[in-house]
Amino acid sequence: MLTFLMILVPFAFSLIVFFMKDKDLIRKLAFGSSIISLLICIYGAFLFDKSLEYNFYMNWTWIRTLGVNLEFGLDGIGFLLVMLVSFLLPLIILSSFSSNYSGTGNFYALILLMQSALYGVFGSLDGLLFYIYWELALVPIYFITSVWGGVNRIRITLKFFIYTLSSSLFMLVAIIYVYTLTPDPHTFSLFVICKLNLTESQQFWVFWAFLLALAVKIPIFPFHSWQPDTYTVSPTPGSMLLSGLMPKMGLFGVLRFIIPLCPLAIEQYGEYVVIFAVIGLIYGALIAIRQKEIKRLIAFSSLSHVGLMAAAIFTIGENAVSGSVIQMISHGINVVAMFFIADIIFLRMKTTQIDKLGGIAKSAPKLAIFFMIVMLANVALPLTNGFVGEFLMLGGLFSYNKIIAAIAGLSIIFGAVYMFWLYQKAIFGQTNAQTAIFEDLTAREMAIAIPIVIAIFVIGLYPTMVTGFSENAVHHLINL
Amino acid sequence: MNYIVALIPLFPLIGFLAIGLNYNRLPKNITSFIGTGSIFLSFVLSILVFVNILQTQQPITVQLYDWIAAENFTIPFAFLADQLTAVMLLVVTGVGFLIHVYSIGYMRDDEGYNRFFAYMNLFVFSMLLLVLGSNYVILFIGWEGVGLCSYLLIGFWFKNTEYNNAAKKAFIMNRIGDFGFLLGMFLIYETFGSFNYAIVFSKAAVFEGCPCAIFWITMLLFVGAIGKSAQIPLYTWLPDAMAGPTPVSALIHAATMVTAGVYMVARSGILYALAPESLVVVASVGIVTALFAASIALYQNDIKKILAYSTISQLGYMFVGLGVGAFTGAIFHLITHAFFKALLFLGAGSVIHAMQGEQDITKMGGLKKNLPKTYYTFLIASLAIAGIPPLSGFFSKDEILLGAFNYNILFWILGVVGAVLTSFYMFRLLFLTFFTSFRGSDKQKEHLGEHSKTMNISLILLAILSALGGFIGIPEIFGGKHYLSEFLNPVFAPVHKILLLNQNASPMKEYILIGITVFASAVAIYLAYYKFSIKGIVPSEANAKTNIVTQTVARKYYIDEIYDKGVVKPILWFSQFLHKVIELKGIDKLVNKIGSLVIDSGNKLRLIQTGTTGFYLLAIVIGIIAMLLINLF
Repeated sequence: MLTFLMILVPFAFSLIVFFMKDKDLIRKLAFGSSIISLLICIYGAFLFDKSLEYNFYMNWTWIRTLGVNLEFGLDGIGFLLVMLVSFLLPLIILSSFSSNYSGTGNFYALILLMQSALYGVFGSLDGLLFYIYWELALVPIYFITSVWGGVNRIRITLKFFIYTLSSSLFMLVAIIYVYTLTPDPHTFSLFVICKLNLTESQQFWVFWAFLLALAVKIPIFPFHSWQPDTYTVSPTPGSMLLSGLMPKMGLFGVLRFIIPLCPLAIEQYGEYVVIFAVIGLIYGALIAIRQKEIKRLIAFSSLSHVGLMAAAIFTIGENAVSGSVIQMISHGINVVAMFFIADIIFLRMKTTQIDKLGGIAKSAPKLAIFFMIVMLANVALPLTNGFVGEFLMLGGLFSYNKIIAAIAGLSIIFGAVYMFWLYQKAIFGQTNAQTAIFEDLTAREMAIAIPIVIAIFVIGLYPTMVTGFSENAVHHLINL
Repeated sequence: MNYIVALIPLFPLIGFLAIGLNYNRLPKNITSFIGTGSIFLSFVLSILVFVNILQTQQPITVQLYDWIAAENFTIPFAFLADQLTAVMLLVVTGVGFLIHVYSIGYMRDDEGYNRFFAYMNLFVFSMLLLVLGSNYVILFIGWEGVGLCSYLLIGFWFKNTEYNNAAKKAFIMNRIGDFGFLLGMFLIYETFGSFNYAIVFSKAAVFEGCPCAIFWITMLLFVGAIGKSAQIPLYTWLPDAMAGPTPVSALIHAATMVTAGVYMVARSGILYALAPESLVVVASVGIVTALFAASIALYQNDIKKILAYSTISQLGYMFVGLGVGAFTGAIFHLITHAFFKALLFLGAGSVIHAMQGEQDITKMGGLKKNLPKTYYTFLIASLAIAGIPPLSGFFSKDEILLGAFNYNILFWILGVVGAVLTSFYMFRLLFLTFFTSFRGSDKQKEHLGEHSKTMNISLILLAILSALGGFIGIPEIFGGKHYLSEFLNPVFAPVHKILLLNQNASPMKEYILIGITVFASAVAIYLAYYKFSIKGIVPSEANAKTNIVTQTVARKYYIDEIYDKGVVKPILWFSQFLHKVIELKGIDKLVNKIGSLVIDSGNKLRLIQTGTTGFYLLAIVIGIIAMLLINLF
């Protein structure tokens, strides 16, 4: 029930704010909705029984003749991602208050709809339901970007939309294909699908169809070319949703479908995916070194980070997958924090061109400290949330293949290069006319920064809080 | 006793948080009190721990909690205080405390006073984690933590772009080392199934797999040590790191952080002993670095840069000590070096303070009269580093050289050459700074003097340590007792057992070796005296350019330029290439082409219907679903 409630709350509020006109009330309702979701989620964390395979399970028949059910439930990984969504949405909504988005009702209705769809993706235990939420999540972000985005938004979002939608179709075909293989009466239920024991050739098709859809979504090199433009052009709340949460849909899809359905295919082709993911990891990091604009730099940096997560998952080593799950959470927090910082800078400077910045540490010490902490988390300094995941993933890659691990490990150097370069150019150095009067973090911005900083250190110091939830799910997944 | 060990790093952490969270509120005297007080408490506790270990001979372990726990993989947040750690604790907190005290005076007028003490406390905390960790991962936390603090403190005056570049360079070069270290850790885990020292070393001692595993582990760990301890080829960050305030150079870039690599190799002594090829590499890198850096120091005129190259060179000696199997000697030299090099830097700071920021020794001279305390303490430190008996550096350097002699006479010869160079560049520095007549401006001359009590106290205490510190390890031939060796024996005995060193050079031979070294150093000092004091030569740009050799050395062998052209520029070019060519002209264009094909067909369909592309995609989906369903029934 709780899963369904989680999906329902933002959806209901989305409908309400959609028909409202009063800007302040809309904002209050949207923020209130996200807080309600967060509270439900915290409540759920206390109820969560780690020994169960799925918590908060429910199953209502929807379309009997097709075997489509409203079947929801959360395993440890799904629940962590639900927590991530619940933690980030209030911050994203709060940060959006600094900008004025015309058509406020529509804007927040879309954000809440996105939240609802994300819960649906992480909580669906029915293949078709998963797909519906998967595509539903695309709609709000498409409109958010194409209506409130920056220069060239129409062309860029169209490309993004077509790219992800058309690749997702392969997944739909695969889901339906698997459905046809289920014994009569056919069903989309994951419990049945995942126990199918597909033949090698069946796995081949399912593997590649899913992979195509997920690789675009994550994105894995070379299916990433929609990503830098879209991240850059989207309004900041959109960039946050796109970078913090959407890649997790893709990675979650791998864990939910590819690993249980296609063990033989992974054995055969997994290595290629790992290699491409690692190429993307280095490729993104190298390109980030020479970016001149903050959001684009974050985009390539994010490409690099998700590359490592994808590579780790496809090794299907237990530690690597555990690391990947922690990193999904940490990366979600850290990349949203990075876009938050980019937004703060943009609001004050009207630009995110790096060479227009400098000397901010003098005029905005709080921002400098916050940025420093986020940067350190991004370069995976021990005791921040970035370290544990990266350590486990690289360690897992190392036992998978030493050369690949060594190449992947280079990213700890390149990551430091571009992050420290960005930090130095933006924060240190001499002030210019504009940065001299740079306003430090406001009370509202502090209210966003503080939870992020706390999360960075709590996960860094007690990563078992995260792994405690996912441990069984990962174990179950790997040793199926 | 257990919780006392856990408290040692806690105080600096509290100090950091207390100052850091209130950096814009606290008055300077409260900051000084918290900042130095926290280190002092840690120092007192370190003494307690040291005494306890001295009495019981038992290492102390503390387990705080399971930090990382994956399926078959638990990394506890745990501390180990054994003899080696106890020694390091005393050095870090003891020297650290004196440098904090000195900083009260040195940083008094800086607007970032509170920030400075916050960073310094954070540094000590990280350094303590590094030496206290009971497994490689905790060590790595400290390892990266000290790197961060080094970055923050090198770039302390963040308005200066050059300083920021130096800070960034330090962090990134360290990261290159960390890359090796990280892979080394993974290999350790794969080979021995644990990160815990006790388990790794006990398994290594009876290890029967391919010895190549241990060889690679030790080499990868050594890459980390090269980065952290500024050895060839990753040393160029350390001279640049002198951009930080001078107490930072003393604490981080001389006494403690840069010795972390030495500590780590000593800690992993058993692994290295099992991989003799690695020891050859360690010794070779050490001796080459020692000579190379010393030769650069001969031609530098910036007082801090000379000391920086000197530090690199002395760290090289420590690695020689490790490489030839003189583990105690290496740690001994680490200790005495912490004393005299911290003193040299603090003395240099006193000089720079008096000279109002001037660091060029060719613009100093005659400071003996005006800065007597600085002069005498600096003299003691210089004699100590030159290895003149009975000052501390003599004993420790002698032990390393003796080890080198027993190992391979070539290392000994090169070591002595290095010692001669050391004496020469140090006394060149000393004579140019303190002797002959003042060469600075009149304005500087008015200001000359030693005004800060806290600075002077630290100088004097460190001078005492530099002078007497050697007596913890007097070689047998002088009828003394090697307390340090005895104390460290439980840690290094297994290492020595594996190495089976032949350490019995006859006393006669030992006397001769010592005599040669001391005599050669004394001659070098006299030569420096003759050239820079009696003849009063002041080096200038012009006479460094007399021939290609001296010019190359003076320009630091153009290593920075080579790295820039050979590594940095190509990477930047490659980054640009990936972005402009592969990304935009390759991948993106291809995707767009495929996309436009789809849209073209969409446009044709548009003649029939007036939908959007999205609508067509939906139609396609429905079509496929329909087909599949028809198949089904």
